Amino acid sequence: MRTRPVVNINEDLIFERSAPGKVAYSLPPLDVPDTDPKSVLTEALLRDEIQDFPEVSEFDVVRHFTRLSTWNHHIDIGMYPLGSCTMKYNPKLNEEVWRLAGISNCHPLQDPSLAQGNIQIQYELQQLLKEITGMAAVCLQPAAGAHGELTGILMVHAYHDAKNQKRKFVLIPDSAHGTNPASAAIAGYQVKSIPSNSDGRIDFERFKDTVNDAVACLMLTNPNTLGIFERRIREIADILHEKDALLYMDGANFNALMGYTRPGEMGVDVMHLNLHKTFSTPHGGGGPGAGPVAVSSRLEPFLPLPLAAKTADGTYYYDFQRPKSIGRVRAFMGNYGMHVRALCYILSCGSSGLKEISETAVLNANYIRHRLQGLLDLPYSEASLHEVVFSDKLQIKKGVKTFDIAKRLMDFGFHPPTIYFPLIVPGAIMIEPTESEGLQELDAFVDAMKAIVKEAEENPEILARAPHKTKLRRLDETRAARQPILRWRRKANKDRPPG
Amino acid sequence: MLRYISLTQDEKQQMLQTIGRENVEALFACIPENIRLHRPLNIPGPLSETEILQFFKQVAFRNFHANEKAYFLGAGAYNHFVPVVIDALVSRAEFYTAYTPYQPEVAQGTLQSIFEFQTLICQLTGLDVANASLYDGSTALAEALLMAERVRQRNHFVLSSLIHPQYRAVIATYTRNMNYRMDLLPYTGGGLTDLGTAEERLTDQSAALVVQYPNFLGNIEDVASAANLAHRCGAMLIVVVTEPIALGLLQAPGSLGADICVGEAQPLGLPLSFGGPYVGFFSTREDFKRHMPGRIVGETVDADGQRGFVLTLATREQHIRREKATSNICTNEALCALMSSIFMCILGKSGMRELARQNFSKAHYCATQLEQGGCSVAYGKNFFNELVVNLTRPVAHTNAHLAELDMIGGYDLSIDYPEMANQMLVCITDQNTREQIDRFVAALQAEKGCEHVQSSISMRI
Amino acid sequence: MNLEDLRYTKDHEWILVENQIGTVGITDHAQHQLGDVVFVELPKVGDSFNAGEAFGSVESVKAVSELYCPVSGQVIDVNEKLRETPEMINSEPYGGGWMIKIKLRNLQEQKNLLSASEYTALTQQEKE
Repeated sequence: MRTRPVVNINEDLIFERSAPGKVAYSLPPLDVPDTDPKSVLTEALLRDEIQDFPEVSEFDVVRHFTRLSTWNHHIDIGMYPLGSCTMKYNPKLNEEVWRLAGISNCHPLQDPSLAQGNIQIQYELQQLLKEITGMAAVCLQPAAGAHGELTGILMVHAYHDAKNQKRKFVLIPDSAHGTNPASAAIAGYQVKSIPSNSDGRIDFERFKDTVNDAVACLMLTNPNTLGIFERRIREIADILHEKDALLYMDGANFNALMGYTRPGEMGVDVMHLNLHKTFSTPHGGGGPGAGPVAVSSRLEPFLPLPLAAKTADGTYYYDFQRPKSIGRVRAFMGNYGMHVRALCYILSCGSSGLKEISETAVLNANYIRHRLQGLLDLPYSEASLHEVVFSDKLQIKKGVKTFDIAKRLMDFGFHPPTIYFPLIVPGAIMIEPTESEGLQELDAFVDAMKAIVKEAEENPEILARAPHKTKLRRLDETRAARQPILRWRRKANKDRPPG
Repeated sequence: MLRYISLTQDEKQQMLQTIGRENVEALFACIPENIRLHRPLNIPGPLSETEILQFFKQVAFRNFHANEKAYFLGAGAYNHFVPVVIDALVSRAEFYTAYTPYQPEVAQGTLQSIFEFQTLICQLTGLDVANASLYDGSTALAEALLMAERVRQRNHFVLSSLIHPQYRAVIATYTRNMNYRMDLLPYTGGGLTDLGTAEERLTDQSAALVVQYPNFLGNIEDVASAANLAHRCGAMLIVVVTEPIALGLLQAPGSLGADICVGEAQPLGLPLSFGGPYVGFFSTREDFKRHMPGRIVGETVDADGQRGFVLTLATREQHIRREKATSNICTNEALCALMSSIFMCILGKSGMRELARQNFSKAHYCATQLEQGGCSVAYGKNFFNELVVNLTRPVAHTNAHLAELDMIGGYDLSIDYPEMANQMLVCITDQNTREQIDRFVAALQAEKGCEHVQSSISMRI
Repeated sequence: MNLEDLRYTKDHEWILVENQIGTVGITDHAQHQLGDVVFVELPKVGDSFNAGEAFGSVESVKAVSELYCPVSGQVIDVNEKLRETPEMINSEPYGGGWMIKIKLRNLQEQKNLLSASEYTALTQQEKE
């Protein structure tokens, strides 16, 4: 059994390290005459101090955050088999490139003539993503996947508006990620859920019956959240197009497809890509991500403003002359730092590398599927690509739930898989190893799962109280939600002098 | 073979054997022929590490950047002191290669740091609760409007025209299919939002009044009066801050009556980054905590009674409430929030004050020098670190000249406000030395870029 | 309280009608399904609802359920204690966990609701 050393140094909140008079900063002496704000502004506009802001030394800060960091699982130390999250290795080279001063320390509003390199990076990335997806145009502005979804659905709306078509519904399979319906709602649509069939694919007949003149688009994840490829996607696109409805593809699972097929060939009208999944930009503990949108020629006029462009003589610029555009979805040009890293990654991989990535990701997932089949229930037996969804059906008889299995995996040094998603699988355990993991790691994961399944039979109690080796034991989420404490506050102290 | 892949050909074969497939292609049999790609992708590479660095260094060489040149440009992105500790800490893989902290037992580092971020944002803005971050200031503002509509069940908004124009553009995009009514307020001769008009436009149908503090022209709005006007009609006051360094000196929006304060935390420890990644912050009053968008971290205890942190109030969010969620946001900007947390800890109580004072003093020094040199400043002294300078010719011309002198000039206001021809929004931060400011002032004078005070007076007559 | 005296909805609300006033809550089965209740959103006194209309919501850590009004009428009382102690919905679903009192607009409406035995049959079905 593989275990991870437990680092368990306690560390209070930074505010609890604070002591009056400590400083961590150094500023150069003011080299101009000091202006007293009171001499210029009315006193009511000024504040004395930021109450309770920390007063700590530089080493306090370094030690504090370093200790905090040791309590995180992270990809460099161990696997994240999180389905639909594509937690792959984040190459160090990407980080090095981003930190070049000429790249990371430019102002977004400086004249394009003084930012040719940066616009070139965005332009090149747009071009490469067009080729990888087979779509007609790409915009990099959305800051994350859900932001890309919103952008995409707003474009769908603009498309119908331009044709004076009143559309009311967005169709979404019941296996979809929650951001799909939430994005559709903000874009002004009602959501109609389409059930999945016994294969785990969208119920084609039900879908067909639901498409009519009131439907704006279908949002389809492909491969879907079960890792299963929607084989009839081309037909689905044709049926939608017959009614002038559009096809949105959620590209969260794009890591399965590179070099094999492209949304352009599938008849997709709009999709987003998660650069923090497929294109290796780091997840950062929950962002920043980036969610570029790619569109067919139907939707190209509606892309957000502006797009990176290039003149015939090779000058890069931002194209604002796009009268049908939905406008901006974010200030400036999006999460540029992620664009740089993604371009760096794509060029590092090349055409052969991207294909190898998808092949290896699919091979790894199928290897895990094969080795765990029988131990865990596999609710859908259809061939899967880059991820596989099991359930706790076999273990629940012993009172062991997916939640317990997930928590116990931590004791073996693994992050849990995605759990209880997709919603169509009760007790889902969704595993995506990505291409990054080698055979030893995959086998270690399989061994851990086997050991846990055995424990579930023989000693379910150990699972019910897992994890045992983490910094903290199971956390009381009910208490957190019932009486929310969402910030630190200084405790009232009687000894403190008044004022 | 790609260096980021850890399987040998033999191992791949062995795995294929295990799963009973002849080759890797067989695993893709589920993809129909008619939608397959029958040629290699047309992508350059694979490039070696050396080639990559060469390429990007060449590309970087074509850019002006703030490590080398003097910047007088702000307008929503600010070149401030970035303590080296920040990059040293966020370069730890424990932070930057971690996933969203859905599993709290193995993510206490991220969770505690977010809890601290929430606290720091509350302290900075003078409000009760804050979320774990949003994409940037502009999208945070759009989310604030959506929240005001939810809370007040009203769809009329009164917006200052001196809110960052790109932020207003984002609001327009977000709400384009919503039945919102927007009233844009004119500005006064003093470069402030016309609150008199605000009073006329606000009704019992208004969800919120929205102002920027300091506003896009750098001037400091009367937030307290704005709050009174909004509250009188039962509307919220939303305050947006693009330059939070100002809050080291200026009264906190919450203390002045703001119900929601949103903004951009880039100035707090993030490099200019050509516009992103940045990080939006969002704080509000206790009463509205269950209406907030985005993730929120809360304090709790573990099975042994130890203090710990978890994502909480999740029923607001898309993964549970789906189309009825308070927002569609999932991934936010955790690492950027961490950067700004570290910044606020390093600067601390006295540093925030001193840094703000330096920005203020340097900008006011610049204004004095410009005026003494015969240039006119448009709106007096009611500014923090940005001011509007009247030029005699288009800003683009002046900026081209400044670029030859290794300076990045200010923002051309005529791009968004056609009536502001020849007016430049100049930003002075702690990073501008006296020598740079003097050089900038001299350059404006020398090329007669500045409109002279006398002519400006005669113009106004 | 005798559970036989209550009427039930398919959405797992119960109602006890006495003198044209109905007391409404969620069933023991419902609170079990939901798990630990952490928050409940209730209407204001004076609000009116039609039968089948959502009058609020009840939340556990990872789920949220709408509350549907069993009958039409006007809210005359709200269980304010639930704001601070929503866990009473778990511990006393038919007692301290009541949610609203509503003045019925139409006494006939309650006849459309399920009887105790019909409701038990429904929950048995769900379990299978």
